[in-house]
Amino acid sequence: MKYTYYPGCSVNATANIYRDSIAAIAPALGLELEELEDWNCCGATAYMSVKELMSFAISARNLAIAEKHNRDVVTPCSACYTVLNKTNHYFADYPELRRKIGQALEAGGLSYSGNIRVRHLLDVICNDIGYDKIASLAKKKLAGLKVAPYYGCQIVRPDSGFDDPDEPTTMNRLIEALGAECVDYRMKTACCGASLMGTQEELAMRLCKNLLLDAQQNGAHCIVTICPLCQMNLDVYQGKINARYKTKFDIPVLYFTQLIGVTLGLPLRDLGLGRLAVKLTKPMKRIFEGANNG
Amino acid sequence: MLDRDIVAEYKLDHDFLSEIYALPGGREIKKCIQCGTCSSSCPLSYVMDHGPRKMFSLIRAGFREEVLSSNTIWFCSSCYTCAVRCPKDIKITDVMYALKRLAVKEGKTKGKKAVVLSRNFARMVNTYGRNHETELMARYILEADLLHALKFVPQGWKLLVNRRLPLFPHRMKNMDQLKKILRKVDELGEI
Repeated sequence: MKYTYYPGCSVNATANIYRDSIAAIAPALGLELEELEDWNCCGATAYMSVKELMSFAISARNLAIAEKHNRDVVTPCSACYTVLNKTNHYFADYPELRRKIGQALEAGGLSYSGNIRVRHLLDVICNDIGYDKIASLAKKKLAGLKVAPYYGCQIVRPDSGFDDPDEPTTMNRLIEALGAECVDYRMKTACCGASLMGTQEELAMRLCKNLLLDAQQNGAHCIVTICPLCQMNLDVYQGKINARYKTKFDIPVLYFTQLIGVTLGLPLRDLGLGRLAVKLTKPMKRIFEGANNG
Repeated sequence: MLDRDIVAEYKLDHDFLSEIYALPGGREIKKCIQCGTCSSSCPLSYVMDHGPRKMFSLIRAGFREEVLSSNTIWFCSSCYTCAVRCPKDIKITDVMYALKRLAVKEGKTKGKKAVVLSRNFARMVNTYGRNHETELMARYILEADLLHALKFVPQGWKLLVNRRLPLFPHRMKNMDQLKKILRKVDELGEI
C-alpha cells in the first residue's frame, strides 16, 4: 500500500529513532511511504498561538502539494496529525477561511481542493495492514512483556475519528497481536505536558511523574508511545523526574514501531533501541533477544 | 462578611465580550452552561489563575485584564480534553488559542515564557520552513530562561550522546514559495 509520507520536523531530529524504526519496518509490512516533496513544518501548537491564518496557510501548503499524488497522507507525529487534520476540517467547514487559505496558496502558485485524507501511522498500520497480517509476520511473540500503551492527548482528540477519545484501543490490540500483555492504567490518554516541559518544567514533570507512576504501579515493563514529544518528555526527562520526586523509575519509553520491529526479528540497533535515554532493562532485553533468536 | 474585592460594574469592560465574539470561534462561548466539565477535565486547571469555566464567565462579565493577563491561556497545552468532553461542543482549545493571540496583540505577555517559545518557533519556520529544535531551544533559553540555562544541560547531553540532537537545520528547498504565501497572509490580514 502506498502513502504520501509526512515525517514532520521532530522525526528528523530528536525523534530520529522513530524515523529509523519506521524505515526498518516499512518494507517488511509492505508499507510504501513516499516522502512528500519539500514539505514544511505543520505549525504545531506554537505557530497557532501567535498567528492563526499563517499557521493554517503553511499547513495547507503541505496538503496542496500532497493533492498532486491523490493518496492518503500519513504522519507518525501526533501534533502534525492533529494540525494537518484540523486544517483540513476547518478548510471544509469555514468558507471565509477556505477563501483566504486559497488566496495565500495561490500566491505561491498552489491550490488545494480539500480532497486529501490525513492519517496517523498508527491508524494505517493497525487498520490498513491489520492486526492479523502483523501477527502473521511476527517471527516471535513478545511473551511475558507488559506494556503500558500511551496514546497521549492529540491523536484521539477532536478531528481524529479512528478511535475513542477517552478509551482508545487501537494500540492495545496491536500490542496484544504482537504477543505482549497490555497493562490497564488510567492515564493512557493523559497529557504529558508537551512543550510546557520547556516553559513550565515543574508542571510538565509532574504530569509525566504521575504517568510513569501509574504505568509502574500497574506493572508495566515499558511504555509504548506514538508521539515524538511524549517520548521525549517521558524518556529524556525521566532521570530528572527521579531526582526531583525521589522516585526510581526505570521505564524505557519506546515507539510502537520499535516494538513491531522487534517482533519482525530486526536487529535492535536498526530500530534505534540502543539510543533511548532510559536504556532497555534486563528483563526486556531477555524478552527481545529471545524474540530475535526465535 | 465578604473578604474579597467587589468589582463595580462600571469598571468592567463591556466591549470585551463583543471583541471575543469577533474572534474566530469566539462566539462559541455563548453556548457555555457553566457546568465545569472543562475545568475538571483539565490536567492543569489546578495551577491556573482561573480554570476554563471561570474564564468564560469572566469574559462574559467583561473582566478584560484578568482574562488576558491570566496564566490560564499560556498553561493550556492544547491537549483538547476539555474540547472532546464539553457537552455543548465548544471548541475550548481554539478559544484559548484566540485568547493567546489577543494577549500577544495587546502586549499582555509580560513574564509569559510560552510566548517566547511560540514566537521563536514561528521564526524557525519562517527561516528554514521547518523547526530546528536545537536552535529553537537555544534561542528560547537565551531570551527567556538564561538564569536557568544549566537546567537544560543534562537533557541536552542525553540527546547528544544518543545522537538525537542535530546541530544543523533541515531546510526546505522552496523557501521562496513559502515566503510568498506568508506575505500574502500578511496582506490579507489575520482572520
